[in-house]
Amino acid sequence: MGMKPSPFGTQIPYEEKELKVVGSNPEARPDAVDKVTGKARYAADINLPGQLTGKVLRSPHAHARIKSIDASEAEKLKGVKAVICRDDLPDMPVMHAAAGEIMVNFRDVTRTIMAREKALFDGHPVAAVAATSESIAKAALKLIKVEYEVLPHVIDVVDAMKPDAPLLHEDQITKGVEPTPEKPSNIAAQMVSKLGDIEEGFEQADLVVEREFNTKAAHQGYIEPHASLAIYTEGGNAEVWTSTQGHFLIRAQIAEILKMDVSRVKVTPAELGGGFGGKNMIYLEPLAIVLSKKSGRPVKMVMTRDEVFRASGPTSGTNIIIKIGITKGGKITAAQAILNYQSGCFPGSSLPLCTPTAFTRYDIANVLVIGNDVTCNRPKVTAYRSPGAPMIAFGVETVMDEIAEELNIDRLEIRLMNAAKEGTQTHFGPKLGPIGFIETLEAAKAHNHMKEKLGPNQGRGIATGFWNTLGMETSATLNVNQDGTASLIYGTVDVAGGMRTAYSQIVAEELGIPFKKVRAIQSDTSSLGFNFTTAGSRGTAAGGMAAVKASRDAITRMCEVAARIWEVELDQVVWEDGHARPASSNVGEFEPLSLAEIAMKAGFYGGTIAGHAEINVTGGGPGFGTHLVDVEVDRETGAVKLLRYTIIQDAGKAVFPEYVKAQFHGAAVQGIGLALNEEYIYDENGVMANPGFLDYRMPVASDIPVIDTQIVEVPNPNHPYGIRGVGEVPIIPPLAAISNAIYDAVGIRMRDHPMSPPKVLAALDEAAPATAAE
Amino acid sequence: MKKHHVSTTINGDEVDFLCETSETLLDVLRDHLHLTGAKEGCGTGDCGACSVTLDGVLVCSCLVLGVEAEGKEIETIEGMADGDELHPLQRKFVEHIALQCGICTPGLLISARSLLEKNPNPTEEEVRFGLAGNLCRCTGYQNIIEAVMDAAQEMRGA
Repeated sequence: MGMKPSPFGTQIPYEEKELKVVGSNPEARPDAVDKVTGKARYAADINLPGQLTGKVLRSPHAHARIKSIDASEAEKLKGVKAVICRDDLPDMPVMHAAAGEIMVNFRDVTRTIMAREKALFDGHPVAAVAATSESIAKAALKLIKVEYEVLPHVIDVVDAMKPDAPLLHEDQITKGVEPTPEKPSNIAAQMVSKLGDIEEGFEQADLVVEREFNTKAAHQGYIEPHASLAIYTEGGNAEVWTSTQGHFLIRAQIAEILKMDVSRVKVTPAELGGGFGGKNMIYLEPLAIVLSKKSGRPVKMVMTRDEVFRASGPTSGTNIIIKIGITKGGKITAAQAILNYQSGCFPGSSLPLCTPTAFTRYDIANVLVIGNDVTCNRPKVTAYRSPGAPMIAFGVETVMDEIAEELNIDRLEIRLMNAAKEGTQTHFGPKLGPIGFIETLEAAKAHNHMKEKLGPNQGRGIATGFWNTLGMETSATLNVNQDGTASLIYGTVDVAGGMRTAYSQIVAEELGIPFKKVRAIQSDTSSLGFNFTTAGSRGTAAGGMAAVKASRDAITRMCEVAARIWEVELDQVVWEDGHARPASSNVGEFEPLSLAEIAMKAGFYGGTIAGHAEINVTGGGPGFGTHLVDVEVDRETGAVKLLRYTIIQDAGKAVFPEYVKAQFHGAAVQGIGLALNEEYIYDENGVMANPGFLDYRMPVASDIPVIDTQIVEVPNPNHPYGIRGVGEVPIIPPLAAISNAIYDAVGIRMRDHPMSPPKVLAALDEAAPATAAE
Repeated sequence: MKKHHVSTTINGDEVDFLCETSETLLDVLRDHLHLTGAKEGCGTGDCGACSVTLDGVLVCSCLVLGVEAEGKEIETIEGMADGDELHPLQRKFVEHIALQCGICTPGLLISARSLLEKNPNPTEEEVRFGLAGNLCRCTGYQNIIEAVMDAAQEMRGA
C-alpha cells in the first residue's frame, strides 16, 4: 500500500489442487532448535577479532542549534580510536526512495542518523566514538563538548499545527495544498483521498456522528535492541552484520549516505530479534562503517533500551476526526476522516499507507480522507505493523458502534449491512477482488464467544480491520543438490522463522519431495538480486511466489536433463510427484527419473540444476479480520481486565496454519498493549520521560487472556497458493474493540488513548453524576 | 582499568574470568566468555531476556555484577539441553510454536524451568504470573503458556 504496483509485475493465478505439504503444520520449524538452545546468532552475538565498541552521543535537548562540537579531549583519551560527528558524513541533497513501507528523503536520513545544523529531538545523535572497551567509549562521550543554542520545541501534533508553533524546518512549505502557502509550517504535506461527493453524501444521511480521537506515539517494542557490526577494509569495501528486516535496503541506504558503490557494500542480516516495521532504516550501520574506516578496526555498536526508545521507531501519535453519515435503514452514505499524524523530526509519517485503510472495510459511495503529515520534536517515525491503521480504526469502529446504538441496530449487523465485498469501489483507487470480510463477520456472529454471559461491569467489544499485501521486488535461487536435497536461497528477511518454514513447504510441494529435504537459507546482499524489505505483510506471499517461480524454473531444467537422457523432446517430459516422467506412453518406455537421480546426472547432461526468480510481485490480496473482546472494568482503579479474546481473519491460504494463528496472537497482543498502556510520555522540556520497559508498559503474560483464533480462507486469485498477508491485520482492531467493550461494560466512550487506569478512572468520575442519575 | 579475577562454575564447568568492577554478569557471559544465549533486551531487569540461575536462584544477569559470581554456580541456556537431548521445556516450546523471533526464548526457558522447580503443577494463571517478568513481543504468550503447561505435565509423569 502506498507504493504503486509495477505494471511489469508478476502474478501467478491461483490453482486449486490437492496439497500435501502446504496447509499442514510441519513437524519442526527449521529455526526452532537453534533458538531454544541459545545458538541462534543475532547481530549483537557476532564478534570479529580486534573489534572496537562504538557508542553514540545524543542530544539531551528536544530542539537546539548545534553551534560547535569539540571532540579533542575525547580523542586524547587512551583507548579511543575514532570520534566522528556531522563533519564525517557527506551532506545529502533532497532525494526520495522507499524504505520499507515509508518513503524517505536522503537529505533527512543523513540528518536523522547524525544531526547537522540542529538537534531535533531528545536522543538525536550528535557524535560517535569507537574505543577498546565500552567503559572507555562511555567515558569518551562525556569528554565531547557540544555547544547548543536551545530552541523552543513542540511535541504535540495539534500544537505543532498551530500558526505560531516553533518550526523544526524554517523552509518547510506544506505540499499538496492549493494555493501553495507562503509561510512555512510544521505541516509538511497534506494528502487527500476521495470518492463520490462527500457533501451530497452527508445530505442523504438521517444521522451524522462526528467524533475526535487522540492517540499517543507507541514503539514497536522489539526485545532486541538495534545492533550492527561493521568492517571497512583498505580495499574500499564495507561489510556489515546487522539487525534488519531488509538488508538490501540497508545496503542501498548505506551506499547513498556514504557515497559508496552498491557493489562495495555487503550486508548480512543476522537472525532478527523482532522488527515489526522498526528495522527498515539505517541507524548505526553507517556510523559503524565510518568509525571502522577511521580507526582501521571492526566496530560493533549496540543500542541500549533507552536509545531504542528515544531514537528509533515509534509510530505516529495522532489527532483524528471521524464523521459518518447513515440512513435510518442503516446504509452509510458518507464518511470523512481528518488524520493529523506526527511524522517526528522529518516529514514522512505512515499516512500514505494507512489512508487507504480508513473506510475500505465498508461499501461507502462518498468518502473524503484528509491527512496532515506534521513534523514535531520527536524521533522520526517509522513503520509499525500496519502503520497508522489501528488509530483510524479506533475512530471509525467506535463511531460505527455509536451509530448502531443510536439506530438500534445490532453492532455486527450494521457492519454486515455495509461490508465491503468483491466489486466494492475503494476510496483509494481499485475495486476489491474476492475478499473474505463478510465471512469473518458471519463467523463472529456464529462464534460461541458471542453466547458467553457477561456479569456486572463486564462488556463485549467488536471491531474490524483491513490491510493490503505488498508485493515488490523479490529474488530467490533454488539449488537442486546432488544428493536430492534442495536449498532455497531467499532474500526477503525471515523476521521470525515462519517465512523460511513456509518457503520450504512451498518448495517441497512444488518439487514433490519431503519437507525435510528442503532447506531455506537467508542470503546476504551479495548472493541474490535485490529484495525489498519484509514489510506490508509481503514475506510469505511475495517470497512464496518467488519460491514457486524458482521451483518451476528448476523443474524445467530437470525435465531438460531427463529429455537429454531419454533422447526425447522437452515437451515429451512432465514433472509429477518428484519425478520426471514421459508425458504419454507414445514417448517411449522410460523408468521415471527421481529428483535425486537427475541431480546426480545433471552435471554431464547440461550442468548443475538451479532455478531462479527475479520478479516484482503484484496482486497482493487484501486481508480482513474481525475481533471480539470481553473486558471487566474495575470502577475503583480504572483498570481494564481482558476476559476473553477472539480473532477471526481471512488468510487466503494458511501455509503453516499454527504459525498463522501464532501471528494472530502476537499482533493482537501488540494491539492490546497499545490500547491499554503503551504511550510515549514527554516532560515539559521535550525529554522522553519513560524510555524503559518499567515505565513504557508492554503486555506481560498475566495481562492476557486465552485467545481464540479462527482462520477463514478465501484464496487470493493472484497467488499460486491463494496466500494473503496475515501479519498486520490483527493489530488493527484491538484499540477499537477494547474501547467498544469498555462502553458496553460501564457506559463510557474512551476516545483518548491509551485506555490506562488513570484515564479510565477519570472518565468514570466525569460520567459519575450522569450514571448516578440513571 | 584494573580487572578482578573471578572463579565460577558455569553449566558444570570451572570457569575463570577477568572483569571490570562495573561489568555485569551478562557482559561477562556475552562479551568475555562468548556465551551469547542470554540476551540483553533492556539492561535494567525489566525484560528477563538475560535470565540465568545463580546457585539455583533465578536472576536477571544484567542486574548482577560479574564479581558477584565468585564461587557461585551459574546455569545458562547453553547448559539446558543434555547433549543432543532437549530439555522437555525446550522440546515443548518447539512443538507448541512458543517462539517466533526467539530473542526472549532463552530467558523464558530459564524462568520456566525455575518456575516448575518451585511449582511442578502450576495452574495456567500461576504460569502467567510466574512468567510475567519475561517480555515477549512476538507470540502474545498463549503458546508459551501452553508449552509450559504441557512440559509440566510431562515432567510430572516422568
